[in-house]
Amino acid sequence: MTTARPRLGVFKLTSCDGCQLTLLDLEDELLAIAAGLEIVCFTELTSASDPAGPFDVVLVEGSVSTPQQRAHIADIRARTRMLVTIGACATAGGLQALRNFADHEEFVRAVYARPDHIQSLRTSTPVADHVRVDLELRGCPIDRGQLRELISALLAGRRPNLPQQSVCMQCKAAGQVCVTVARGIPCLGPVTQAGCGALCPRYARGCYGCFGPQVAGNPAALTTRLKVLGQDRAQIQRAFRFINGWAEAFRAQGEGDA
Amino acid sequence: MPEERIYKVELLTRVEGEGSFVLRTVGDTVVDARLSIFEAPRFFEAFLRGRTIDEVPDIVARICGICPIAYQMSAVWALESALGYAAPAAIRDLRRLMYCGEWIESHALHVFLLHAPDFLGYPSAVEMAADHRALVERGLAIKRAGNRIIELLGGRAIHPVSVRVGGFSRAPTRRELLALRPELCAGLAEAEQAVAWTASLPCPALELDYTFVALRDDRGRYPLEGGDALVIDGRAPVPLAEFEACFIESQVEHSNALQCRLADGTPYLTGPLARLHHFADRLHPRAQVAAEAVGLATTIRNPYRSIVVRAVEIVHAFAEAIDLIDAYATIEPPCVDLAPRDAVGFGCSEAPRGACWHRYEVRADGTVAAAKIVPPTSQNQARIERDLIGLAPELLALPHAEATHRCEQLIRSYDPCISCATHFLRLDIQRTEAPACDR
Repeated sequence: MTTARPRLGVFKLTSCDGCQLTLLDLEDELLAIAAGLEIVCFTELTSASDPAGPFDVVLVEGSVSTPQQRAHIADIRARTRMLVTIGACATAGGLQALRNFADHEEFVRAVYARPDHIQSLRTSTPVADHVRVDLELRGCPIDRGQLRELISALLAGRRPNLPQQSVCMQCKAAGQVCVTVARGIPCLGPVTQAGCGALCPRYARGCYGCFGPQVAGNPAALTTRLKVLGQDRAQIQRAFRFINGWAEAFRAQGEGDA
Repeated sequence: MPEERIYKVELLTRVEGEGSFVLRTVGDTVVDARLSIFEAPRFFEAFLRGRTIDEVPDIVARICGICPIAYQMSAVWALESALGYAAPAAIRDLRRLMYCGEWIESHALHVFLLHAPDFLGYPSAVEMAADHRALVERGLAIKRAGNRIIELLGGRAIHPVSVRVGGFSRAPTRRELLALRPELCAGLAEAEQAVAWTASLPCPALELDYTFVALRDDRGRYPLEGGDALVIDGRAPVPLAEFEACFIESQVEHSNALQCRLADGTPYLTGPLARLHHFADRLHPRAQVAAEAVGLATTIRNPYRSIVVRAVEIVHAFAEAIDLIDAYATIEPPCVDLAPRDAVGFGCSEAPRGACWHRYEVRADGTVAAAKIVPPTSQNQARIERDLIGLAPELLALPHAEATHRCEQLIRSYDPCISCATHFLRLDIQRTEAPACDR
């Protein structure tokens, strides 16, 4: 790191704003972060935003779903040293990637009252499909603690320490009673990356995959387990085709024989 | 030849989502006033079709990272009404408590971090903090207290996980809730001071002729988590099921969001000013005292003054949250299973920025056949354009940069939630252009 403060850009593509809001939700650290980083562009926070950069670090939320965004993200990449995607939209296409599974012709006819006024790609895709990504923060939304760790690591010039195990492991470590074993509730915890602190089981429901596939997960084995629970093919497919449905490891689950 | 002036901002800042505006005048005539929303559409109503009823609260939360609870609440009311279920008072109170958290969080974000810099002359709260650190810290403390409520009830501040059709997946214990009380009491005191501070801010003069629309709470409370009808100035209240006959959405060329107006074409205003106008007498006594202390009128037609009303609503939300916690008894069971059937249901709640109306058609197999969601910012969109026209005469005497900023500040005073507004391009073209109602 140079002695100058790292120049930060925060950008949004197709998304709900929740991940960049997480930055503003760091209530106790926000002013310290603003002192440690030079906020060059963050339109939700400041009118003194300069999208031209250049940037040492860029946080991008949202998926690529319009032709303009495709050009925009390439342009941002060219002016950025370290590009970090934040959230399920940016890392996997997001909930709106459900359109990727739809019959395009029917979908367009159904949705556009005046299609000539709207520019939208037929797919919603992760940023990494379009440009090189240096680091990703998973989640829908991202976890505040993980974001804090990311920023601390950036300021210290080290790699962030982000857990790579499954939600299931965190859940066990927290001493939670398993919702699947004890109550027969379908749960994606065994194949979903940790980060939320096993939130859903703690709130008496099954994990629905906000943090996307865990790197060494075995979704096919979980599919088998879900069948044992009495889930049919359509139910299993719906479970995977959700917040991170376009993530490669989740995409095909529930297809074929059942 | 009269002089042409163009005021425009290509990318609105300190708002949620992506939009721009242009206001063009020739002499003293406005020839164009447009709020353009170019945020990419996400087609929520399309992919809700075929999903299960249980999945809806998790899906619609993703419409907005700032007001996910508004979407979850409107949805569960609509779906429960479709399934013939009226949630018991205890569940409704718990939902109201959670919604208080969202109002506090969202209003504090807007008042202190997004809107206040306009009044004090800073590009952002970061620069503002250099001179007004205590002020920004107060805002952050209030915001954090709101988030704590949501985190306890729903697990996390954004896209909470506990809101279910039929109740909550998990209800808090009384002990957990009481642990929040000190932070809420401190927040209430901070918020009361914030009312006096917002009222003291230098505010541009402007009076506009609004038609105010707000949700009526059928339990006689200030509009918030639910209700049975929308009240409109000078007209009969509109039951939720009749919304589509009285409020008409249409697509306009310059926006990815549909614009909603009354059936006769009148643009209307929803949000804090409308709630106060119709229901000031239902504010919590603490909020009434705070409002009276600064001489706040119950009908305010100056949009810049909305910052004061938001501060009053923060007081209300804190005071009510404390009352709800004090009255809370553990709910068992927190959720009931509801049998699916072929039916249609309607729901509405007051998002921080205005009424959020939902309609769902559900099937006996437990899936959604059709969904229609009308978010507050698409309702306010036409009104914002009308406001720009109303503002134009005030701009002529101002330097260009200041005039442009005055426009942006006006739009910001709506706390527009642009991501919310864009995702509702109609599925059913016939329904969008219903000839009986269309202008």
